[in-house]
Amino acid sequence: MSDTGPVSPQGGDLVRRHRLSVRLWHWVNAVTLLVMLMSGLMIFNAHPRLYWGEYGANSDHAWLQIGASGSKGLVVVGPETFETTGWLGTYTDADGRAQRHAFPDWATIPSNYSLADARIWHLGFAWVLALGLLVFLLRSLWNGHLRRDIHITRAEWKPLHIWHDVKEHARLRFPTGAAALRYNVLQKLAYASVLFVLLPLVILTGLAMSPGTDAWSSISALFGGRQSARSIHFLCAFGFVGFFLVHIAMVVLAGPFNEVRSMVTGWYRLPKERT
Amino acid sequence: MTRLILSRRGLIRAGALGAGGALLTGCDALNGNPAFRSLLETGEDAHLATQRLLGSDALAREYDAAQMSPEFRANGSRQGAGEDYRRHLGQQFAQWSLVVGGLVEKPLHLPLSALRALPQRTQITRHDCVEGWSAIGQWTGPRLAAVLGLAGLKPQARYIVFHCADIYNGRPYYESIDLADAFHPQTILAWAMNGQPLPERHGAPLRLRVERQLGYKHAKFVTRIEAVSSLAGIHGGKGGYWEDQSDYAWYAGI
Repeated sequence: MSDTGPVSPQGGDLVRRHRLSVRLWHWVNAVTLLVMLMSGLMIFNAHPRLYWGEYGANSDHAWLQIGASGSKGLVVVGPETFETTGWLGTYTDADGRAQRHAFPDWATIPSNYSLADARIWHLGFAWVLALGLLVFLLRSLWNGHLRRDIHITRAEWKPLHIWHDVKEHARLRFPTGAAALRYNVLQKLAYASVLFVLLPLVILTGLAMSPGTDAWSSISALFGGRQSARSIHFLCAFGFVGFFLVHIAMVVLAGPFNEVRSMVTGWYRLPKERT
Repeated sequence: MTRLILSRRGLIRAGALGAGGALLTGCDALNGNPAFRSLLETGEDAHLATQRLLGSDALAREYDAAQMSPEFRANGSRQGAGEDYRRHLGQQFAQWSLVVGGLVEKPLHLPLSALRALPQRTQITRHDCVEGWSAIGQWTGPRLAAVLGLAGLKPQARYIVFHCADIYNGRPYYESIDLADAFHPQTILAWAMNGQPLPERHGAPLRLRVERQLGYKHAKFVTRIEAVSSLAGIHGGKGGYWEDQSDYAWYAGI
């Protein structure tokens, strides 16, 4: 604890926590990912079946399928069938009408079925997602954010250290005082997976589905075919949903006002040390 | 009764998680806003520019016979329309000919025998539907470039329009591509599929293959090819059936 500088901040202090590039990208990306997810679910509704390999259409084996049998909504994953009436496959729309689409109107952009409109949203915001990530990564490399805040040190990789953080999280004992100025190893792992795994993977699998891009890059081969790329793209989307749920839970547990303020204004009140 | 439905609708709306409901209503409002839509649609221009910059001459991947789909899904129109079409189908298109016109030096009527007499290209490619599914099939036919070469394009020609013999939801199907795709080596007028004359459900007698774009660009039942300087004035003016009817992108390489 000797390297925190001459005037070490203490619990209760209001400190600068997030730099402008982090805050800007966070909110642009939050809106973009939500639009990508909801318009993506509408695109999925046009053909709610997923395959592995190069090709896949109705007569081919789907590993995941969302459909309906009569008024029952069904999700079929491999040999298992789950009834999801009201949520997936069949639902009642805002006007009280029975509908048969994989994802319901409240989860999609636009809310009424339109593959064409969803593609306009998805492929327009795709530019914001990809260019936003590129600019943020370059900026973060330049200003040291990646090296100082995201880079996981050799000491942090030690299983005992990670296990210690897991136990602390499980007890909801979050870092306090000056320690709360730094990301802990679980946060670093979460943010690094989003930055370097989920986001690049979702962008590359998206590009792999484009017949134009695939002609000059052969990128679909990297994922074992266009239909495999589509499946991975869908799984990535649910990776983001998982990240989002944990992220929101942690913000609520850690003090939503202070956390949201720090991501809006940059100022964060350090939690008081436990006595 | 109306009041009851309205009040229930209001309740559901109000109960739809407040912010979540507002977000959805907001998105639907934006979806209908012409300025916002045109902003989003600049993405399409950026896609076309990027694709032309990075891969104007690139070839779509070709597959081995062993990689073909066991069954190739037929989508959209499965039948040609009109008495003329039925008659030609009955005669295996022996009396039929492809009309080539518009901004060309020499308008043509090309019977199937003339199209088959041109140098042929056979390619096994992946057909990617805008809905998300894919099928791999084999296609044979002359390059569109060879047909356009016979007719001779006038310098003002910028797009090639494909008029089709199918009627979809009461309107004639058509499509269009630019000259970069028209002269691409894999752009062919396929009269054969998987080694057999093109079946009706796949667009007999002639289907456009424009391999670097999505399925709806691959016009079926092609009967007339027209070279034009602008897409305005042709049907809805957006360059294709789905483009006119539902605002699908004209450039479908994404």
